[in-house]
Amino acid sequence: MAPEPFSDEVRMIRDTARAFVDRVIRPNVDDWEEAGRFPRELYLKAGAAGLLGIGYPEELGGSGGGVFHKLAWIEELMRAGSGGLAASLGSLDIGLPPLVKFGSDELKREIVPRVLAGEKIYALAITEPGGGSDVANLKTRAERVTVGNREYYRINGAKTFITSGCRADFYTVAVRTGGEGHAGISLIVVPREAEGFSSGPPLKKMGWWASDTAELFFDDCLVPAENLIGEESRGFPMITSNFQMERLTLAVMANVTSEMALEAAINHARDRRAFGSALTGHQTIRHKLADMGTLLEASRALTHACATRMEAGEMIFKEISMAKNFATDACDRITYDAVQIFGGMGYMRESVVERLYRDARILSIGGGTREIMNEIIAKQMGL
Amino acid sequence: MKVLVPVKRVIDYNVKVRVKADGSGVDLANVKMSMNPFDEIAVEEAIRLKEAGKADEIVVVSIGVKQAQETLRTALAMGADRAILVVAADDVHQDIEPLAVAKILAKVVEEEQPGLVLAGKQAIDNDMNATGQMLSALLGWSQATFASKIDIEGDHALVTREVDGGLQTIKVKMPAVVTVDLRLNEPRYASLPNIMKAKKKPLDEKTAADYGVDLTPRLEVVKTDEPPARAAGIIVGSVDELVEKLKEAGAV
Repeated sequence: MAPEPFSDEVRMIRDTARAFVDRVIRPNVDDWEEAGRFPRELYLKAGAAGLLGIGYPEELGGSGGGVFHKLAWIEELMRAGSGGLAASLGSLDIGLPPLVKFGSDELKREIVPRVLAGEKIYALAITEPGGGSDVANLKTRAERVTVGNREYYRINGAKTFITSGCRADFYTVAVRTGGEGHAGISLIVVPREAEGFSSGPPLKKMGWWASDTAELFFDDCLVPAENLIGEESRGFPMITSNFQMERLTLAVMANVTSEMALEAAINHARDRRAFGSALTGHQTIRHKLADMGTLLEASRALTHACATRMEAGEMIFKEISMAKNFATDACDRITYDAVQIFGGMGYMRESVVERLYRDARILSIGGGTREIMNEIIAKQMGL
Repeated sequence: MKVLVPVKRVIDYNVKVRVKADGSGVDLANVKMSMNPFDEIAVEEAIRLKEAGKADEIVVVSIGVKQAQETLRTALAMGADRAILVVAADDVHQDIEPLAVAKILAKVVEEEQPGLVLAGKQAIDNDMNATGQMLSALLGWSQATFASKIDIEGDHALVTREVDGGLQTIKVKMPAVVTVDLRLNEPRYASLPNIMKAKKKPLDEKTAADYGVDLTPRLEVVKTDEPPARAAGIIVGSVDELVEKLKEAGAV
């Protein structure tokens, strides 16, 4: 595989991320998974190490760095073995980019440094109870109103499946300010303390247990007009502008999940004896492991190729969609087979593969479903 | 006061070490290498001395292959101010013996004039535990080994050492060579802004020839073996049985 660009920095970031995960996360991660939450201080600790700021400009309190710097952190974070923790701790990476790219300097300076320091939690709110993938038809409405002598947006509607929804301090919320379709959508920053805003209790999920995922309610919610990101009704391209990075992230999350499942399966197969030999002595298991390893290698190569092109500034909607689908398909297969190799033990919560299997399932749904990815691929193929 | 910290690039402590097929040593080809963990503790201590206002400059030095500059960059990212790389080997398998390392370090000390050399007590690859002591002898400086606590007080240092049966505190005159033990501190991980800054810090590259030190090995490695495989254990049914088995094995 081609060497990573900026390899010395990436190596050091990886070392720091690994030390952070080993010291701060790994000793507690099983408890946090069972408890369905992790302490808020984790954001502060990750912020203090500069890990939350990777990929953000230094003048906003970021650490700088590009695609490969980010991936080193995501990979090491995922190796803690909790996709949910990675999703919640990393929710700023889907919420902040539109603000950083298109928001006013004032709004950015007020919010971004505190989020990157881990003092404030940031989330993205697009999906609604009535629709997810069909972003262009979202129903939450925002109307410009004057209250006293100030301009506000008054928001009415609801959002759901919002990662960090229970405790984020700020949300990038997609709302309808204009007519039907994607041309009527705007992005607004809603602070938790805004009048008329509330969030529901944590939703009970198949996987990603450590993540606080919730519904959000906007009931005549008043937000200052200055919280609009960019221009009114120009929100749709702002949403899509971060899709490549989000899909790359999900592909990487899938690959690390696969890698951990494969490692666990290999270790188990070496130790476990049946019919007079270790499981690795049985062809049916050996070959299964060989197939799992091959899938993972192919998936990593495709993901890495996409990352390299993205780092070079290319737009690769087709390939990144392919990489996400390939990685999540491979992850479904590999975590399924890992549980199979573990047998009854793989069905027990004390086995890491049990969690990996559950956590894998969301990866082909979130950040663009498998079906939406295929629509993009088909379109890009000229079909 | 300037502090000099020698750091060695060694096989990462997480890597499962494999002996080369011909038994001539450990296989280091395409293996993850990192800073010797004891040296990391020394770097951390130097940074803490600086943060406490007791040191004003930290110079790190590594002697070995060119790739040791990665190890130096890590030390710079942790907080060292500048680095000196002494290229003394082309091949990662070519080990430089403690005496040669100590002689090069003595020359570096001559040039840099630090008030303190803080070194790891030993490197985890060969476990020689000799370089610091040899360096102090070559320089005619005081030495304090296996430090678990260091207090600099004027022209003296109070060093607590881990010895058999407890802790011993000694007072040494500065300048001194102090080698550090595991429990001195927990090294920090480099923060991202410091990692980004590290590439702008100076890193001088020298060669062993610049210091006129003879690197010819004095030791000959006769053979390297894998440790014997651990024998399978047995599962006992009760405490009584456990005690019985331990007695049989002569363990109690």
